Amino acid sequence: MLLFIALPILSVLLQSVHTPHEAVLITSESCGPFGCSENTTIDHDATRKLKSTEPMGRFVGLNIYFDRAHLAVDQVSDAWRTTDNFSTFFGEISDLPFYRAMGFTLTYTFTVTPLLIILGLMIALSVNSLHRHLKGLVIFFSLLPMIVTPLIGSLILFWMFDSRGILGSFLQWLAQDPDLSLKASTLHTWIMLIIYGVWHGAPFAFVVFYAGLQTLPQDQIESAQIDGASRWEQVRFVVIPHLMPLVTFVALIQLMDNFRVFEPIVGFNAEAHATSLSWIIFNDLGGETRQLSAAATTSVMTILGVAILLSPVLLRAWRDFKEKK
Amino acid sequence: MASKSQRASVGLRLLSNGFIIVWVILAAFPFFWTLWGSFKVELDFFSIADWTNALTGAQTLDVYGQPFTGVGYEGAWVKEEFWRSVINTGIVCLFVVCTSLTIGTLGGYALSRSGFRYTFWLLITALIFRAMPPITLVAGYLLPFFEWNVWGILPTTIIVLVAINQPFTLWMLHSFFQNIPKELDESAKVDGCTQFQAFRHVIIPVMWPGVITTGLFSFLLAYNDFAVTSMLLSEDNRTMVPKIAAFLGTTYTEGNVMFAVAAVVSATAPLFILVMFFQRQIVSGLTQGAVKG
Repeated sequence: MLLFIALPILSVLLQSVHTPHEAVLITSESCGPFGCSENTTIDHDATRKLKSTEPMGRFVGLNIYFDRAHLAVDQVSDAWRTTDNFSTFFGEISDLPFYRAMGFTLTYTFTVTPLLIILGLMIALSVNSLHRHLKGLVIFFSLLPMIVTPLIGSLILFWMFDSRGILGSFLQWLAQDPDLSLKASTLHTWIMLIIYGVWHGAPFAFVVFYAGLQTLPQDQIESAQIDGASRWEQVRFVVIPHLMPLVTFVALIQLMDNFRVFEPIVGFNAEAHATSLSWIIFNDLGGETRQLSAAATTSVMTILGVAILLSPVLLRAWRDFKEKK
Repeated sequence: MASKSQRASVGLRLLSNGFIIVWVILAAFPFFWTLWGSFKVELDFFSIADWTNALTGAQTLDVYGQPFTGVGYEGAWVKEEFWRSVINTGIVCLFVVCTSLTIGTLGGYALSRSGFRYTFWLLITALIFRAMPPITLVAGYLLPFFEWNVWGILPTTIIVLVAINQPFTLWMLHSFFQNIPKELDESAKVDGCTQFQAFRHVIIPVMWPGVITTGLFSFLLAYNDFAVTSMLLSEDNRTMVPKIAAFLGTTYTEGNVMFAVAAVVSATAPLFILVMFFQRQIVSGLTQGAVKG
């Protein structure tokens, strides 16, 4: 098991500092009646031999990390020097693939997560006051958006949002604009993806909060009532503090899940307007030219991103662990 | 039971019930809409003229003489050989679930009974794996797999899926086994069982609920995976999800989205049934992590 965990990470690290061999070139001089010219041909045998002896490719150190497709150090410093205010600087930076993806990933993560927590909490509170027999049915339907394959779920929504689909037509009617297409503008695409994210993630929050509500101590609610708390105050000062650990838990899980957003981008066909780090890796790996080293570099940076995201939690867990000892 | 003072005012009740209705529609409507539309022709499913066409199937009526047609399904299952991917998905899911459960139960049992503090590291790896996009690992797997010539076949994918899934499975089963009191196997050992016999005759009969929950989650992981299967499988061996993604590539140009719609409905149906039967286990599995974590 350790093999399968450690080795791929190692392999990704190694690949990220290598790049494919350049073809071995032979320069030969051919002289004709009109003087000599130099010919450059590819020595296929030598190239193949080089490839078989060193399948990883050339060692290039951190070069790939700094090239245009990744951290783009040159471009960024260039933009920093040539632009005089922040908005143009960010405008230029957001044209670079890595920062564009980063921008979308972070926006997506930090809008979807709070929204789905709020929605999930509202659903949980309402379902809790429902009649017993209806609860099962509601929970069944609520689970569907979460259980369904992300790619399939996003496709289903995408077809409805299509300008010829039902929601698309409805929005056109609403906006009185027969040419309105959500796919055409970046802002609309982002909103569409965020709606999908909330739709997909809210059931999880709902189920967890709902379970938390079942353990809510009734006497606390009652004493709050005796003290004259209104319904809203009961929720605000008794229920929410009781659910707080669960909110942290849901936020953590959903932050991780949303950070690796990938399938909706494929499903919504939204590559032109929104990309994420995972999507860049997928794109590099697929296709005719499998750019393994570029993909590996992005992978390493994604892993680092995840590590940064997780570090507060890991630190806390580590401290708890130490204390127990 | 809510006491009288707990009962909400009529307005609030209406509000919360209305909210629930809106949510249920939001959650379920897309599925029913797609199911309904999958029996239509494309001009009805994506209707430019009039959205009610999608309900009544006016174009479908024109073409086939009846408002429902199975052409999308026929095209997907027969022409595009979707059944092949269904079989592949079945194989992958079956083996992933069996393998990860075997390793998970034995390993989880051993970990929960050993005195050493594995728990922390197990939890950490499970967390990290939950957080890392599987595709970052795929990037690492690809080159060695090309070199060893094992790319594109089902067993490789199964192994990778099991490996990605394993820390999570182990952690879930481990915390489940900790709930089974140690006295149970101690009393079995007093009666003369060996450690393995204690596991075989005492623990296995009581562990089914946990195993079923964990198995469900491994199944969902294998079934829903797109990143790993689409990268690691060759065209003939594709499972359902990458196959649907591949449909989109070809069908948009052919102008026949209905194949993909039919395939999507076919792939959703098993999940529907799964939720129907195992709702309780899924809910308990989701909340178990929350309560413990």
